[in-house]
Amino acid sequence: MRHRHLLAIVLATLTLLVAACGSSAGSDGTATTKAPAADGSATTEAPLEGEITVSAAASLTESFTDMGKAFEAEHPGTTVTFTFDSSGTLSQQILDGAPVDVFASADEKNMEKLTDADLVKGDPTVFARNQLVIVTKPGNPEGIGSLADLPDAGVISLCGEDVPCGKFAGEALANADVTIPEGSVTRGQNAKATLAAVSEGDAVAGIVYVTDALAAGDAVDAVEIPADDNVVATYPVAVLTDTRDAALASAFVDYVASDDGQAILEERGFLPPA
Amino acid sequence: MTLDAQVQVDLDGFALDVALTAERGRVLAVIGPNGAGKTTTLRCLQGIRPLDGGRIVLDDDVLDHPAAGTFVVPERRRIAMVHQDLLLFPHLTARDNVAFGLRARGRSRRDARQQADDLLARRGLAAQAGARATTLSGGQAQRVALLRALVTEPRLLLLDEPLAALDPSVRGETRRELRRTLDEFTGSAVVVTHDPIDALTLADDVVVIEHGTVAQAGSLGEVTSRPRSRHVADLLGTNLVRGTARGTELRSGPAVLHLAEPLEGEVFATIAPSAITVHVSEPEGSARNRWPMTVTDIEPAGERVRLRLDGDLPLVAEITAPSLAALGLQVGSPAWASVKATEINGYSR
Amino acid sequence: MSVRRRRPPALVLVAATAALLLFALPLIGLVQRADWAHLLDDLRTPGATEAMRLSLTTSLAATALAVVLGLPLAWVLARTDIPGRAALRALVLLPMVLPPVVGGVALLSAFSRRSPIGSWLFDTFGIQLTFSPAGVVLAEAFVAMPFFVITVEAALRSLDPRYEQVAAGLGATPPQVFRRVTLPLIAPAVVAGAILSWARALGEFGATITFAGNIAGRTRTLPLSIYLQLESDPSGAIALSLVLLLVSFAVLIGLRDRWLGGGRP
Repeated sequence: MRHRHLLAIVLATLTLLVAACGSSAGSDGTATTKAPAADGSATTEAPLEGEITVSAAASLTESFTDMGKAFEAEHPGTTVTFTFDSSGTLSQQILDGAPVDVFASADEKNMEKLTDADLVKGDPTVFARNQLVIVTKPGNPEGIGSLADLPDAGVISLCGEDVPCGKFAGEALANADVTIPEGSVTRGQNAKATLAAVSEGDAVAGIVYVTDALAAGDAVDAVEIPADDNVVATYPVAVLTDTRDAALASAFVDYVASDDGQAILEERGFLPPA
Repeated sequence: MTLDAQVQVDLDGFALDVALTAERGRVLAVIGPNGAGKTTTLRCLQGIRPLDGGRIVLDDDVLDHPAAGTFVVPERRRIAMVHQDLLLFPHLTARDNVAFGLRARGRSRRDARQQADDLLARRGLAAQAGARATTLSGGQAQRVALLRALVTEPRLLLLDEPLAALDPSVRGETRRELRRTLDEFTGSAVVVTHDPIDALTLADDVVVIEHGTVAQAGSLGEVTSRPRSRHVADLLGTNLVRGTARGTELRSGPAVLHLAEPLEGEVFATIAPSAITVHVSEPEGSARNRWPMTVTDIEPAGERVRLRLDGDLPLVAEITAPSLAALGLQVGSPAWASVKATEINGYSR
Repeated sequence: MSVRRRRPPALVLVAATAALLLFALPLIGLVQRADWAHLLDDLRTPGATEAMRLSLTTSLAATALAVVLGLPLAWVLARTDIPGRAALRALVLLPMVLPPVVGGVALLSAFSRRSPIGSWLFDTFGIQLTFSPAGVVLAEAFVAMPFFVITVEAALRSLDPRYEQVAAGLGATPPQVFRRVTLPLIAPAVVAGAILSWARALGEFGATITFAGNIAGRTRTLPLSIYLQLESDPSGAIALSLVLLLVSFAVLIGLRDRWLGGGRP
């Protein structure tokens, strides 16, 4: 008899596992019950509820966290969960089948990877722009004044070459005609890790987004990069085709583009979309 | 007197306090029941367990004397130990086991190995010199372990149940060899054993330890003939006869003993005191082992009494108190002793 | 074999198979995803060879450090009665269960240029551990040494102390006893412990990237390279992953046959 019980438990567990595996593939059906909020914000007749997952570039960590709270306050009963990492990592995860409803990228290229794979619902919306800045230790002990000071300063923290912030940093350095030997570059997986190498670690300086430098507060000093050399990053956001809740996902995207959303982004140092 | 030790140690539950003396060239057997403190005593002599009181003096060197703050570390005592399970270094060959102590004392590897080879060859182990210690037979390993200890010329040799782990078929042979080795050894030796044959054949002196104290100490003859406790009587209170055997005839001094099994050459024989029958006149019948005696001592041992009988073959006999009364024997009385051939246990020496 | 083995019950067999699949499927997936035709080319890129060379040298150095420092530590833990030994052992084992990133942060707090020790090292000797191969070695040793210490400590504990006592009785001084008796007797455990900690050092990621950074040719070891390449050059990342998989597999098989008691029936 006891064997029977055990068998039942094992079978139940296996069934659960199989069901869990299958749900990510066949989840489209659940979304059909919701009325698609075609345009504008959600109407009062169809109160929003449920849960969505948003994958956002690491540089959006603070602003999107704020935005999630504001959105949830406006729509009680909704939960927005975030995954922050480099846009490259996140797009790869989505390509590999990660269950994500909304993707906000720090560059166009990673968003294109998803549109090319037909994973994006409709067209992505550009909602913000960002610029790069040099960060140094508090008080700028090495006296760094420009990109040209970086090659001889010591270990410089940059994002990985295939991560947007790393690509942009490369472009900015090229614009200024500056080459930092690869032997004194430590590569972070995303903007936050790159900043941490300066704020927590022993890197003397790094190149990150203005917004990251702002978010770090007193932990680093920022040194501006002249507009001629600087690179403008464009942030697109989109609902993904595999979303479990298209209405809620669209509502969140709309909120990002709304005046409230833009105010939060501006407060965190982002430039408005062109 | 080369070893003079008063070993005092506080153990869980009881205090160990025993005096040991072993003269140069003599073998002291330490016997006693399990848990009496024999192993601890050996550990103190080795210097693994420091004394809490008393002192250990070897050849006028004070090795351990807590009251004076003296303690000599084990490697400087020149006290070698052979354990029951021998503990040959398993990663070394027989040769390197024997050479170990020489190497430790600064001899070159070549020199040490040469001497080890010579010693092994002398013990008939030339073929085993290069063999791993783990591949040796019990008897071979025993010889190697003894050589490893003796090659360092220890001032004191400690043997813990040296023959207990051996297969009975090789024990006799190995015991004889150990006896010869100890005869040649010029230092003092202490043998811990619970086997009466080992004690009777190897030891010159005996210390009996019970509950952490010395229950009896003296020469082998004294202790065997006058055991002062049941334990000693059971263990050692037996008659030991040395002599020469030819077939079933064993000659010991003027006496002749008849054996059940034939033996040749130098032998030991033991006769349990309770196996000896005492008579007031010459016994009749078929018992060929009978000797006229004089009672020299009567000593009660529990419900029985032990009689010391003197004659061609001095013996100790054990009889019941009523038998003694019925026989009407007193110290000085003449008497006859007889024993069956099957009650005489002979061993080749 | 004359004895008939008991057949396992069907249920146990099913569960065991599920467990095995849990381990095997990801590895099969990795092997199946590999671009075998270009595997050698992927491994011959400057970035890959550099990462492999760096990983090999730092992991070997970390293992050497683990042996040289871990052996005395194991001895102290196994043989002495220093107070608080249980707490000490827990401290030594902590890196085995601590997330490596936390280890990296902890190393930063102790040895970064802004920490007292790190600044003293730099001001006095000009030594900077962060962003240096030495820092990689330190991070790897931090996570790998516990494997060596527990393996050797266990061997020392199970070693019959009377071997050493006999050696002392034959006149050997403590250093002689250690060199000629203790060490040879625990040699299998020393080798097994060294190999285990080498394998752990080779796979170290979190503490390394946090403490030593991610500099090509200086601190970018195999796992770091794999992580970074996953975005730009997945086939290269998989090629390097296969190298690590192969090494780990070889280590375990080697250990099983020779030291871990399995293998030959």
